[in-house]
Amino acid sequence: MIDTWNLLLGGFATALQPMNLMWAFIGCALGTAIGVLPGIGPALTVAMLLPVTAKVDPAGALIMLCGVYYGAAYGGSTTSILMNTPGESSSIMTALEGNAMAKNGRAGPALATAAIGSFIAGTIGVILLTLFAPLVADLALKFGPAEFFSLMVLAFVTVSSVLGASMLRGMVSLAMGLAIGLVGMDSIAGIPRYTAGVPELIDGIEFVLVAVGLFAVGEALYSVLYDPKGEDATRNKLTSIMMTKEDWKRSWPAWLRGTAIGFPFGSVPAGGAEIPTFLSYSAERKLSKYPKEFSGEGGKGAIEGVAGPEAANNATAAGALVPLLTLGIPTSATAAILIAAFQNYNIQPGPLLFQTSGPLVWGLIASLYVGNVMLLVLNLPLVGLWARLLTIPKPQLYAGILVFASIGVYGMRQSAFDLVLMYVIGVIGVIMRRFDFPVAPVIVGMILGPMSEKQLRNALSIAQGDWLIFFKQPIAGTFMVATIAVMFVPILLRKRGVRLSEDD
Amino acid sequence: MKLMLRHALVVLAAAVLTAGSALALDNLKFMIGANPGGGYDQTGRGLGKAMVEAGAARSVQFENKGGAGGTIGLAQFVNSAKGDGNSMIVVGAVMVGAIVQNKPPMTLAQATPIARLFYEYNVFVVPAASPIKTMKDVVDMLKKDPGAVKWGGGSRGSVDHISVAQIAKSAGVDPTKINYVPFQGGGEASAAILGGHVTVGTSGWNEMAQFVKSGKMRAIAVTAGTRLSEIAVPTLKEQGINVEIGNWRGVYGAPGITDVQKKALIDAVIAATKQKSWNDALASNDWFPALLTGDDFAKFVDADHKRIEESMRAVGLIK
Repeated sequence: MIDTWNLLLGGFATALQPMNLMWAFIGCALGTAIGVLPGIGPALTVAMLLPVTAKVDPAGALIMLCGVYYGAAYGGSTTSILMNTPGESSSIMTALEGNAMAKNGRAGPALATAAIGSFIAGTIGVILLTLFAPLVADLALKFGPAEFFSLMVLAFVTVSSVLGASMLRGMVSLAMGLAIGLVGMDSIAGIPRYTAGVPELIDGIEFVLVAVGLFAVGEALYSVLYDPKGEDATRNKLTSIMMTKEDWKRSWPAWLRGTAIGFPFGSVPAGGAEIPTFLSYSAERKLSKYPKEFSGEGGKGAIEGVAGPEAANNATAAGALVPLLTLGIPTSATAAILIAAFQNYNIQPGPLLFQTSGPLVWGLIASLYVGNVMLLVLNLPLVGLWARLLTIPKPQLYAGILVFASIGVYGMRQSAFDLVLMYVIGVIGVIMRRFDFPVAPVIVGMILGPMSEKQLRNALSIAQGDWLIFFKQPIAGTFMVATIAVMFVPILLRKRGVRLSEDD
Repeated sequence: MKLMLRHALVVLAAAVLTAGSALALDNLKFMIGANPGGGYDQTGRGLGKAMVEAGAARSVQFENKGGAGGTIGLAQFVNSAKGDGNSMIVVGAVMVGAIVQNKPPMTLAQATPIARLFYEYNVFVVPAASPIKTMKDVVDMLKKDPGAVKWGGGSRGSVDHISVAQIAKSAGVDPTKINYVPFQGGGEASAAILGGHVTVGTSGWNEMAQFVKSGKMRAIAVTAGTRLSEIAVPTLKEQGINVEIGNWRGVYGAPGITDVQKKALIDAVIAATKQKSWNDALASNDWFPALLTGDDFAKFVDADHKRIEESMRAVGLIK
């Protein structure tokens, strides 16, 4: 423990050098900016910046690239909350409550709880990384296809909480998402499915495209068609910028729970950044003392629903560095490009990294602490500024959202087909809004569907067709038991006359 | 503030773009048909870096599109890069195998052959704690119950998959009975092997070397024909299994580019292979250089296509 402390102090000596502080600042600022813009993700940005590794010393470059990675996780929430346009796929859950809060004049507290929650989750994540990285990495390796599939089943079941007021409508939306997820080449056998001979569809449909289409375009078009004069003027009202005492009280536990969910799932290979945010949102919804405030119940937006998923998102980013640094295994596209950055300096992340490049790694870890503080300082003052964006009159605001969405989606692969597809999906979004179908389950289905199919097929192959594998292995079995508990415990309790707060 | 941030992005991008010298290809785009972290990824990024250093390209950009043995990336490449003289895709035996088996609508015949770069050999590994010591142990298990040996590797039809099928065949086991678990990209496969989710894993030596060197995995066989001085692991042949299989990688250009554009790409690749960083990459990854360009490369790929098709039919992977 003393050793770790000394090594970390040495790391801070590296990270606090003025040049390295500057690189961290550039990385954080860039990361925040690209997090805000839909369509431009951290993976692409880090890849674009890779050539700087030819000019900059390793510590500086890696500190900057990690800043981008972290910053993007901070920035993704902004457009979700303000414009109902998730900047990254991991901020879709944030849009649900965050945007409802913004519409009711509480954009300030929503943005603040996202920024502070990101800071807290990021910092706790880095502390866990500092102390327990090798241990966590060993645990993460216990996750094979069977464990992943069981986790997906749990995610599917808990996701029912995002289905909205009508279970039937929610299920229809979820099924739509699953169907869209099937389009494209099957990732196990390589056979095209449901592409109708359209070559552009062989690649499948990007979920950022669907998210932007359903959320942003759908919302903008709906408002034009059904609320042309902007009579529903509540959006432009700003009641508060600061978080109230009540907001703080409700955010704290959500931040901590989000961190607890995000960090471990970030560290498992092939986990992805979205699932922890789904689980965190479901947990907050189930545990909240104010279930009526959740947007799915027609409420004004519950702050826990922003605080939890945002914390989970940032803790995931820290968790993903565990297998990256200790095993050389990337768990996300961005992490993989970070590995390439290491390799450009002939440093191989992996089991030997801490021995061969100790000072550099500790400098990097120390810079994550610094980066977190920097991002908080950078983001908190912006809250007031961002929130004031909402005072822009509706026609201009929605026109801006449409421009933003079009540039972002076109930018993904410069494809006009994608642009048309986004507007078609936008029209579907309008129809769904008109008839009260929730849009979030579509995205959830699109993300979970293909992942669970792949894991199921591999798990059954490993088990030689034995379906009981999901109960025989301890971790997988635990998830399955948890799933069953989530499904049946409320029913049993109700029968015995115990009522959960949800039913009040 | 937002404007400032965007301004910073533009300035940085500009700084990146001007890093190369004159007379070069503009921003060269690499399509990599595998998730980041694997051999395809390292090949593309290593070659791209050397091209920039050689002054043959001003800057390089990489796009990863994994799955289905690289054919998903190939489909996107053929669709989106048509006529673009500044685009290349990393190809190899794995992709040819996937094309033979899956018959996707987009094949290499639609793209333009540029160059073969090198060969690499696969290694079979087990987790350090596994009781398995040699390939013979695995073959004994396989003979007893073919399904009990779970082989982890790249997508179906890959060199990994074919080598497993050939081992089964040479051991007198029905290759259609093997239990092969495909993973996307080297990172996911290494995690599954380290975690003990499969019995034996196979992948390029360069992807597994770090785990073998650190003692987390044990190498039990390499797929080269003769013992390699660089790799202190017995070959399959040394262990009485008559299988030899190599994995080559190279690059293709976009469909419909002109001969001038094709020549520019070939020249740029040749210039890159003379760079120290490229040769360092070859040495450190145990890639065995095998440069072959243009039409000769096209003939080689055709022959390899036939060879892979035959061996797949022989082992029962295709009808």
